[in-house]
Amino acid sequence: MGKKILEIQDLKREFTMGSETVRALKGISFDVMEGEFLTIMGSSGSGKTTLLNILGCLDKPSDGNYLLDGVNVKSLSKNELAALRNSKIGFIFQSYNLLARTSAIENVELPLLYNSKVSTKERRERAISALEAVKLADRLDHFPNQLSGGQQQRVAIARALVNDPVMILADEATGNLDTRTSYEIMALVQELNTQGKTIIFVTHEPDIAAFSNRTVMLRDGRIIKDFNNPNIKLAKQMLADFHVDEDYKYENS
Amino acid sequence: MKIANLFLIALKALRRNKLRALLTMLGIIIGVASVIAMVAIGQGSKKSIQDQLSSMGSNMITIRPNSNISAGARLDISSVQTLTLSDVDALKKESKHLNAISPAVSSKGQAINGALNWPTSMQGVSVDYLKIRDWPLKEGIAFRESDIHTANKVCLIGQTVVDNIFPYGVDPIGQVIRFNKIPFRIIGVLESKGENAFGQDQDDIIIAPYSTVQKRITNSIYLQNIYASTSDESQTQFATDEIEQILRTAHHLKVKDEDDFSVRTQAELINTFSSTSQLLTVLLTAISGISLLIGGIGIMNIMYVSVTERTKEIGLRMSIGANGRDILLQFLVEAILISITGGLIGIVLGIVASELIQFFLHWPTLISESSVILSFLVCAITGIFFGYYPALKASKLDPIEALHFE
Repeated sequence: MGKKILEIQDLKREFTMGSETVRALKGISFDVMEGEFLTIMGSSGSGKTTLLNILGCLDKPSDGNYLLDGVNVKSLSKNELAALRNSKIGFIFQSYNLLARTSAIENVELPLLYNSKVSTKERRERAISALEAVKLADRLDHFPNQLSGGQQQRVAIARALVNDPVMILADEATGNLDTRTSYEIMALVQELNTQGKTIIFVTHEPDIAAFSNRTVMLRDGRIIKDFNNPNIKLAKQMLADFHVDEDYKYENS
Repeated sequence: MKIANLFLIALKALRRNKLRALLTMLGIIIGVASVIAMVAIGQGSKKSIQDQLSSMGSNMITIRPNSNISAGARLDISSVQTLTLSDVDALKKESKHLNAISPAVSSKGQAINGALNWPTSMQGVSVDYLKIRDWPLKEGIAFRESDIHTANKVCLIGQTVVDNIFPYGVDPIGQVIRFNKIPFRIIGVLESKGENAFGQDQDDIIIAPYSTVQKRITNSIYLQNIYASTSDESQTQFATDEIEQILRTAHHLKVKDEDDFSVRTQAELINTFSSTSQLLTVLLTAISGISLLIGGIGIMNIMYVSVTERTKEIGLRMSIGANGRDILLQFLVEAILISITGGLIGIVLGIVASELIQFFLHWPTLISESSVILSFLVCAITGIFFGYYPALKASKLDPIEALHFE
């Protein structure tokens, strides 16, 4: 494995709630190498959402360092953080967050609209190839309400890929999907990882963690476990073995 | 961010909410349309008053005797007699700006043709009078200098007089009528001028040489008016000053004495009447302006609702790289697009409404370019002004909170 994509050193985050100070992260350190597929696990209240916000450059640590692709986030202004999110991070959300009444391709183009270096022609081409990568090349002009949950999440993944980010940050990305569709999404994520994308997946489902090659477990704002997964499951295999109910007709697209 | 992208984002956002955008626009559309229609009505009535006054001869200058103080008492204008033919001669001799001068003496009386009679007034004037009043003849000829010298009993009659004392189909030219028992031969009929701005019938008149009227009817050397005109409207002010100089000298007035005459130009009269209709225009515009303001508040209201409703969208845009400025500009451009589109539709509707008012109600309307440009500018400013605060609110949202807003 090559260079470090993330360097996190003694990261702390405190919130002031009235007169009380809540310490959500109490000193966290870990590195992520290029091409890793990392899951961050923890129950609610463990600080994983706070960590996710910091990793996503939506929030800044109170103390400690966070280097994303060699850039120290601490010293950046709000606008510089926005530019960093635009160029280095691809977000995938639990509820997809697609713009309603907006076609798949326009949803995917969205991040590129905030990047003035990309021409109209290039924007379209990149959006099409991102949708091809998530196997939705035949759904370019469909609106979100014409797509299934799994397809919507794949549009969201295409949107995360379109800016060619150094890391994809997923927040409970399979939380709204049934088991079979979850496996589909995870198969896609694993495929992207095989192609070299660095992936950080925040989840509380051990099932999902089994697909990653490394897991960081949080509890009460500290890392309690950080281990490489010795036995990585292949989502593609799981999908093939998945028992299809009689009454569940899946539209094979 | 590129400007083109900014407009693309705003346009796409508006397209997603076509109906709401249209309803928001409605306030602006109605506001602008009513401003344009109201100004058109105001300007139209102003223009028609000006045209009517100009029809009396826009370069015309009227000199009247003025009330003067006699033994401490101010005298009534009608009893004042200060203007004479020698004043006319003095003006003819010394004035550089006047191109036509006519004395005027008038008398009320009964015009009689056989069994028909009609109360009217006779105006005794010189040959210049028709030129000053810009008054052509419908038929016949005008009297000449020689008619004045000989105090010839000839006259020109107005259309109203023709209608009242000549049966239908009878040619009045060459006929003799009597006015206050004096017979006059009709040599011409005046073109109809209609009512003047004061509602007087200008065609209810008989025009004769002043010498005839003075000798045969009024028996007085004094004049009621002196009419004059300049070749150009712009010279009337100089001419007015000049007339005052000449007449003060002719009347031997001392420096401290008041003028015993008054000089009025048609331009002054036009201004007086215009200011009345100007007030009407201002009033109508103010009322319409209020509706435009309400339209603007409508935009602000909807933009605020829109920002709240689209909080999650704003959060998403921020998470994928939009900064505060991008969000601010997006909402600002949305507001401006709404107001400008509404403004353009309003302008078209306003023009159509003005034309319809003119066509169906026969009110004179005049669409002024300035009202179109002004209301369009007001629209754009309204969009910026009322769109700014909602946009600012959107740009200040915290991306984390916005993303998790339900």
